[in-house]
Amino acid sequence: MSAAQWRRAMNGGLRHAAGSSGQPPVRVQASAVASGAAAVDPYADSDAPRWLKFLWRTLSARHVLTFGLALVFPFVATPFFTFQVAAQALVLGLIALSLTFLGGYGGIVSLAQMSVAGMAGYALAILGASSTPISLDWPWWLAVIFAVLIATVCATVIGWLSVRTEGIYTIMITLAFGVAFYYLALQNYTLFNGFQGFQKVYPPHVLGVNWRDPLPFYFLSLFWAMAGYFAVKWIVRTPFGVALQGVRDNPRRMAALGFNVVAHRVAAYAVAGFMAAIGGVLMVWYNGLITPGSVNTGWQINILVIAVLGGMRHPIGAFLGAIIFVLLQTFAIDLIDRERFNLVIGVVFLAIVLFSPDGLLGLWAKLRRRFGSDPSVTSPSHRQ
Amino acid sequence: MKWGTRAWAWLLIGGPITLFSLWAIVDNPRLYFITLLNGLTLASLYFIVASGFTLVFGLMRNVNLAHGSLYLLGGYVGFFVAEKTGWWVLALAAGFLAAALAGLLLQTLILRHMQGQDLRQTMVTIGLSIVVADLLLWAFTAQVHQMDAPEWLQGPIRNIPLIKAYSAYRLSLLAAGIIIGVFLWWLLARTTVGAMIRAGVDDRQMLAASGVNVNLVFAVTFMLGAGLAGLGGVIGAVELSMVPGEDTRLLLASLIVVIVGGMGSVVGAALGAVILGLAETYGLAYAPTYSVVFTFVILILVLAFRPRGILGKPA
Repeated sequence: MSAAQWRRAMNGGLRHAAGSSGQPPVRVQASAVASGAAAVDPYADSDAPRWLKFLWRTLSARHVLTFGLALVFPFVATPFFTFQVAAQALVLGLIALSLTFLGGYGGIVSLAQMSVAGMAGYALAILGASSTPISLDWPWWLAVIFAVLIATVCATVIGWLSVRTEGIYTIMITLAFGVAFYYLALQNYTLFNGFQGFQKVYPPHVLGVNWRDPLPFYFLSLFWAMAGYFAVKWIVRTPFGVALQGVRDNPRRMAALGFNVVAHRVAAYAVAGFMAAIGGVLMVWYNGLITPGSVNTGWQINILVIAVLGGMRHPIGAFLGAIIFVLLQTFAIDLIDRERFNLVIGVVFLAIVLFSPDGLLGLWAKLRRRFGSDPSVTSPSHRQ
Repeated sequence: MKWGTRAWAWLLIGGPITLFSLWAIVDNPRLYFITLLNGLTLASLYFIVASGFTLVFGLMRNVNLAHGSLYLLGGYVGFFVAEKTGWWVLALAAGFLAAALAGLLLQTLILRHMQGQDLRQTMVTIGLSIVVADLLLWAFTAQVHQMDAPEWLQGPIRNIPLIKAYSAYRLSLLAAGIIIGVFLWWLLARTTVGAMIRAGVDDRQMLAASGVNVNLVFAVTFMLGAGLAGLGGVIGAVELSMVPGEDTRLLLASLIVVIVGGMGSVVGAALGAVILGLAETYGLAYAPTYSVVFTFVILILVLAFRPRGILGKPA
């Protein structure tokens, strides 16, 4: 069996069993059957460029289908749906994806991801242009680069401080960091402009396109969301990503094998921080403003809700969760009183956590295992 | 830690604090001592709430992020009991009982079934805190509920040297914190239940093997911890007033207190509460814009040098 086949088999097995080990040969067959056409890998032994090989292995029919739908969607839907629902879901999904990467592959559940996004947003508003005199009015590209850099550095520092702790301690400490940032932004008027924050932080006009219009902004978000998605898919297959998953599963063994556990975790924070920072820039452009309200505890927890809703073990889960979250947020007014959105989302979240720890995708996998026709997938049903 | 490093640490931390205190006392002694009292009374409230949090965490390794909601629940129940009956002591008891009951339900109906799944328990409590916060907002609206102190504690105590007058209620709060601290110490150090709890903190399985009903111990501890949050809610309803959002504030305070003091340790919670209370009030009095930064710097310093908190032990 070639190395490429092994890798695909392992990944297929992972997707089905979601981490639990047992009977790998059955899994190999299952994944070979499940992936169908992909089983014949024309690039297995050729010297085609690596990105082409990577794309071939990662892409499947549902990716193409989803991508096609995402491309056609804005031309069918109303501008309201394109901007308020789809673009917002993509931006929130990107921020939640950074948490999925940290939590699902690094085993670190950080509640500070929204704060990192908020730091990027604040940095963009302070360095770039807004209606507040505090802003330095740098050109937009310089401001964006620095905003992302600053937020990534902050995320790394947060990571460096909280990697000393594990599991539940991490949640507590990152929550404390996030709330501290919220209060700092709320109370400080010299730099963060206090309660008002920054208004009129708009995306620029570039190449004759006003990126604030629904259609361009949708495609901008789609581009970065897809970039984030494939970046995660790629990173988790690099030696770094594999080592990170090893650290998640058994830090002591990885340390004994000579891996620097702390360095891997801090690096994971940095990568996730970079993604969240890009999401933060888009978030500010989407809202057109940033206030302490965008980084309060509610939003910190909302990001966790989004990631858990879709399923934290799957990168696509972040976007699925974001779509459901945004739809609930937009249409809670029709289901129940508008003010009761938190109740709806809280109950949904609670139900997911109580009955399907792996989110909606986990629920889907469970249903498929139960009613699926593929016997090799059904037989070794692990209870998790 | 060697003696030399310890001396350096004391010098580095104590030096600036002593210098600041000397300057502040010479500059304006009244402000300094009033801030000190304010800090200690706030610390007392923080201690009452955070001790419940740390108790639950120490025994069950269970981060109850709905602790703030229990605080708010206790506060609201206390407020309405006080309004209906006019008896403040009854309000205190009602707040304690309501939160304790909610805690008992939470423990027996949900958390008991996921023992050992730390992350899932934490997420469930997060979900619950969202739901409870919204239900409370629904029931009691977003308006500010301010409870009156009992008559015999209203008004200031006069003729205190240096600071002249100080609120009697706030002073009594300091006493309440000390009484609860002593009670907890007595409970944990001198009673059979306390011995069981301490044994459970060290080794759950051995405790169960020696014939103790661990589930009962868990339920009692959770009730006590939740009840303390409710009690803090009633006390805080007078000092801070009840608004939606207070739950997150007190949850954050509890988190910082137990992170700084060391998780699972009641003495650590007292220490952390004093540090946080003093840092917050001195920050507000002397550098209002940056007051939260002090808290943050303390948190970072503690994490950098004592990752498990000042009095924390390895899990």
